[in-house]
Amino acid sequence: MVCESWKTQLDTYLDGELPSDEMHAFDAHLRSCGSCAADALARVQRKRSIQTAGKRFVPSPEFRQRVRQSIEPKPRPGVVGWGWKMATAMLAILVAGLAVTDLGRQRTRQEQQVYSELADLHVATLASSSPVDVVSSDRHTVKPWFQGRIPFTFELPELEKSEFSLVGGRVTYLEQTAGAHLIYKLRKHEISVFIFPAGVSRSREDEPLPVTKKLSFNMETWSQGGLWYCIISDTSAADVDKLAGLLKGSAIS
Amino acid sequence: MYVSGTDPQSDTFEALAMPLFDQLYNFAYWLTQNRDETEDLVQETYAKALKGFSSFQLGTNFRAWMYRILRNTFLTSRTGLKATMTVPLDLEEQDGLEPASEGATPEAILIERSDQQRMQSAIDDLPVASREILLLCEVEEMSYREIAETLSIPIGTVMSRLSRARRMLAERLRR
Repeated sequence: MVCESWKTQLDTYLDGELPSDEMHAFDAHLRSCGSCAADALARVQRKRSIQTAGKRFVPSPEFRQRVRQSIEPKPRPGVVGWGWKMATAMLAILVAGLAVTDLGRQRTRQEQQVYSELADLHVATLASSSPVDVVSSDRHTVKPWFQGRIPFTFELPELEKSEFSLVGGRVTYLEQTAGAHLIYKLRKHEISVFIFPAGVSRSREDEPLPVTKKLSFNMETWSQGGLWYCIISDTSAADVDKLAGLLKGSAIS
Repeated sequence: MYVSGTDPQSDTFEALAMPLFDQLYNFAYWLTQNRDETEDLVQETYAKALKGFSSFQLGTNFRAWMYRILRNTFLTSRTGLKATMTVPLDLEEQDGLEPASEGATPEAILIERSDQQRMQSAIDDLPVASREILLLCEVEEMSYREIAETLSIPIGTVMSRLSRARRMLAERLRR
């Protein structure tokens, strides 16, 4: 039979298990032999079929969790020994800390709720056919538009030398409190800036929140001059921070 | 303040073993062909491996070690014993290397029909020794050396057994 010795080694070659000099010789042979090349192609296709058909069974998440729990690290016996001695002291700290923790949790829950509402506002506004009620890239047009519509005023930054552009604004509400919702654009990203009177967020206002990931958006909040600011967007954390810097600068000047 | 401590060895074990979970489960299912038995087999494999982890030498092939435990556990199970008793493994070793198939007929039929189920049935139908070596090579993409380590057989036997498995698969696809 033609190429008998080559064909005997074809599978070993396709498995990549021949010594390197023989692999090179095989490469050269396949380039010149149509019969072996066709056979090699058929076997490669079969290998792929086996691979696809072979990846067939998937464990359930519950089973995975069960096994993980059965092997997860246990406390070291030595630590448990003297851990008992610490237990009383720890318990006292725990009880004392419980009230504070509970308060903290309640606060965190409230904050999460506020962030979710703002994310909803951001998404719903961008999805609407008329996202802004005042359409202008001129801050001297947008800012006066809010007069009489919200119970406070604010400063907007000069954007001429930046990559950001102002799209416009609209009145929005959070916790029955009126505020300004401004939309900026950076390349193809839209960025929401919410401004409310301080206290509306029910969060620790004195603690500004640097850019963090909330619900997959980048978000930054801070309080300044009795107002609470929140920026939310799908753009990068660095861009969010840059716009926050511009707004903070304009509020000071 | 030092609050608690965990066993660093089981920490390492979890980090090494859990990434293999899906592939071990898939392999176990192919062996047992039954979901409950697969779960028992995988659970037992992890328990045994954790227990024997102190004897495992870090830096050596952990994947082959886990597969070996799984396979040995399977072979001593009721299903495993039954499966191996029906296949005289020793006879297979005498076959030597032969081309797995000639011509493209089975493959051509397979590709034409895009019949993944047909391939799965053909693998299902293989004796367990052929099925496991084929899966280790094609699905797990283990090298011959790794397969030899997993199955505790010489590389020459890996080659002959693999060749036979391929030939048997081709025959089943041709039917």
